[in-house]
Amino acid sequence: MNQFYTSTDHFTIIPALILVLFGCAILLFDFLVIPTPRHRKWLPLFAVLGEAFAGLGLWRQQAYLTRNGLSELTGFQGSVTIDGFSIFYNWIFVVSALIVAIVSYKYLENAGEHHGEYYGLILFAQSGMYFLATGTDLVTLFVGLELMALTFYVMVGFLRSDKRSNEAALKYLLLGAFSSGFLAYGFSLMYGIAGSTKLATVAAAISARSPWDPVVFLALTTASVGLLFKISAVPFHMWAPDAYEGAPTTVTAYLSVASKAASIAFLLRIYLGPLASARQVWEPLLSVIAVATLTIGNLAAMNQTNIKRLLAYSSISHAGYMLLGLIAGNSTGINGIAVYVMVYTFMNLGAFLVVVALRRSNIIGEDLDDIAGLMQKSPGYAVLMLIFLLSLAGIPPTAGFLGKYYIFLALIQTGHYALAVIATLFVAVAIYYYFKIVRSMFVREAPESSPLASTFGLRVALGVSGVLTLAIGVFPEPFLRFAQTSLGR
Amino acid sequence: MIAFLVLETMMIGTFAALDLTLFYLFFEGGLIPMFLIIGVWGGPRRVYASFKFFLYTLLGSVLMLLAILALYWDAGTTDIPTLMHHTFPRSLQNWAWLAFFASFAVKLPMWPVHTWLPDAHVEAPTAGSVVLASVLLKMGTYGFLRFSLPLLPEASADRTIVQILAALSLVAIIYGALVSLMQPDWKKLVAYSSVSHLGFCTLGIFALNPNGVAGSVIQQVNHGISTGMLFLIIGMIYERRHTREIAEYGGLAHVMPKYATVFAIAMLSSAGLPLLNGFVGEFTILQGAFEASRVWAAFAVTGVILGAAYLLWLYQRTMLGQVTNRKNLGLADLSARELAIFLPLIAWAVWIGVYPKPYFDVLQRPVTEIVERVRPNYGRGADDRLSSSARPRRPQNAMVCATCNPGGAQ
Repeated sequence: MNQFYTSTDHFTIIPALILVLFGCAILLFDFLVIPTPRHRKWLPLFAVLGEAFAGLGLWRQQAYLTRNGLSELTGFQGSVTIDGFSIFYNWIFVVSALIVAIVSYKYLENAGEHHGEYYGLILFAQSGMYFLATGTDLVTLFVGLELMALTFYVMVGFLRSDKRSNEAALKYLLLGAFSSGFLAYGFSLMYGIAGSTKLATVAAAISARSPWDPVVFLALTTASVGLLFKISAVPFHMWAPDAYEGAPTTVTAYLSVASKAASIAFLLRIYLGPLASARQVWEPLLSVIAVATLTIGNLAAMNQTNIKRLLAYSSISHAGYMLLGLIAGNSTGINGIAVYVMVYTFMNLGAFLVVVALRRSNIIGEDLDDIAGLMQKSPGYAVLMLIFLLSLAGIPPTAGFLGKYYIFLALIQTGHYALAVIATLFVAVAIYYYFKIVRSMFVREAPESSPLASTFGLRVALGVSGVLTLAIGVFPEPFLRFAQTSLGR
Repeated sequence: MIAFLVLETMMIGTFAALDLTLFYLFFEGGLIPMFLIIGVWGGPRRVYASFKFFLYTLLGSVLMLLAILALYWDAGTTDIPTLMHHTFPRSLQNWAWLAFFASFAVKLPMWPVHTWLPDAHVEAPTAGSVVLASVLLKMGTYGFLRFSLPLLPEASADRTIVQILAALSLVAIIYGALVSLMQPDWKKLVAYSSVSHLGFCTLGIFALNPNGVAGSVIQQVNHGISTGMLFLIIGMIYERRHTREIAEYGGLAHVMPKYATVFAIAMLSSAGLPLLNGFVGEFTILQGAFEASRVWAAFAVTGVILGAAYLLWLYQRTMLGQVTNRKNLGLADLSARELAIFLPLIAWAVWIGVYPKPYFDVLQRPVTEIVERVRPNYGRGADDRLSSSARPRRPQNAMVCATCNPGGAQ
């Protein structure tokens, strides 16, 4: 501790360093080297390379932990901790950023906004996520959150000539800043209680007090506002449909998957860390919020005609399911969240990628009408979309079923029968609106229109998501073992 | 075709699974191809029908998932043979039983959650209807026999539950038959007759004695054969005339003699004429029901009569008399291909009707085990909760006698 900066410190944040370096390199490269806009299509390769190195860093961290039999490794005097949890969630971020990076080119070009900084922003956002999953210090976590949020504000408004995109970015920015304020307030109260920003110290200080202590209660509620905003839980979900609809679809995919996974990781760090001893306070609170989230998310999705908006509400309801895992709170539940996040990554990315392919130079391709007759036009896409939607709905034998299975199991194990029944009934509601898309694809006639915008990267990404969505459902064993690592053995 | 093969995989999986979770996986997975079969290749209201089918069945089965999870949590395994030897606490049994019931009752379908069935049947393509009637519905009865009864014996033997189930079955039998009588639509008529026949199956199961259960299983096979044939018959006439209005037909026997013959056999097998398969199943069920309660049997027998009534009347309206509609004059009779479809089914129907012993022999052991598990004292004279006169008897002898001496049922 006497040395300010050690090589261990370096090692604990190496993936984030790589991401930031590559992000800067992309910016410079785009500015100095790229001769014409046409050559920008090679930029994703940089992002892929950056992700590869970041993945290598993660892999080395993992190898280091297993080799030395450590369950965790802290750096920067306890500000960051790499453990099974952080590595698991970071793999999710790597995969989703990678997929988003390779599918964006054609979409942005069709929208007339293909710029180099897009890839830089993806990597910067991911480095913010890295700290959300790895940070064990209130300040580190907050900075990570802001880094992620700020880049997303920019990315949501990336279609500069599109009014909807601008409106979405502004809404997201205003509400996001407001919620960050709440979060900072809660964190400052925690600091006031503990006199330290380390999560472990805060946890000890809070558990020394009664959970109904007014200061603890205030810290809990204000921090919860910020946390729940990020995962778009009701009643802090208002931004999600607008932001999802207005943002470029590739950004929506990234936002709905990686940002949500990072926020869930953050949420778990806080609720199972400093706030663990106040469980009796937040458990009923979160139960109400989870039920409200499921209800509003599912019911509002039923009447949507815009696919992105529909998926936005569906992703709100998925946040509700993830919260239920936290409410159950036993190891099945926490592991269930990890499984859920993993399957959600692939199925939700996949569903959005199909919407990405619908965007052509003259067609926005976001309405239920635009996907009509997809089965006749490009059966491959239709069948993949069917798989993703079934998985989102949680129908076996797809991956989504597995995610819900563990959440329900955890609820039953901990005796939350009423919540379990409500949550399962909403599966049937969800089927209704997911199948509206299916109906449009399979039953309705295709309008005359240009072929789908398909690129090599998009096909690869869709193939990978589709195969994994099925594989996790059919042969879950290795994936479950992988998710188990998030519990740190 | 792909959808049908996937569906078949799922169905075989459902019936073969020896693990609750796996069973659930296949049970639900079967919905998807069926949804597509109805939704893509169905009739004019196919979208409505396919959604209704999917939502109804799903709503029931998600509750079953919860019950499966609860059983798993209590027993620590989802392996069915192991679970058979596990005794669950009574309160859990009741809740799990209700959850299983929700799923199977919708699948069966029992009255009053049967409303998806006519829609699904009418809108589905012929092949879809046949598979739906012959196999998919049996997942429900199979579920009762495989899970509800052996896994949750105390809840299943509960007096209230048995009474309610019997009442629901009787309502289904009579209601299904009455609605069938009134149907102007040929296919809908057969669909409602399914409700009535499945009512017999559940009545047999919840008579909770070897005769009832064995009869129920046989009747499930019978229903698959005879209703499957009826749906094929409707499909073939629909291919020729593109209408299912009964009023459009009449006197077809003059134009299509082979068709009329096959239809007669299918209809009589469905109505339960002795020497055909339907009789064996219905008679055994009635015997079981009679043993459990005379009132049940009395009501159920009216169902048999009504069944004969609507089927015979259907036959009379479509096949007999003079050809009333000129469009029907030029209809082609069954081709060799179509006959080849029916012949094995007819042969099978006659086999079960004339010599059902092999089937009952196969069934005897599992049925006895199921009944013993639900009513440990059955057949020892100690348990007369359901039957007015409980006396020990050997089930398979009764069966053989039933077929030696036909004629007592109607």
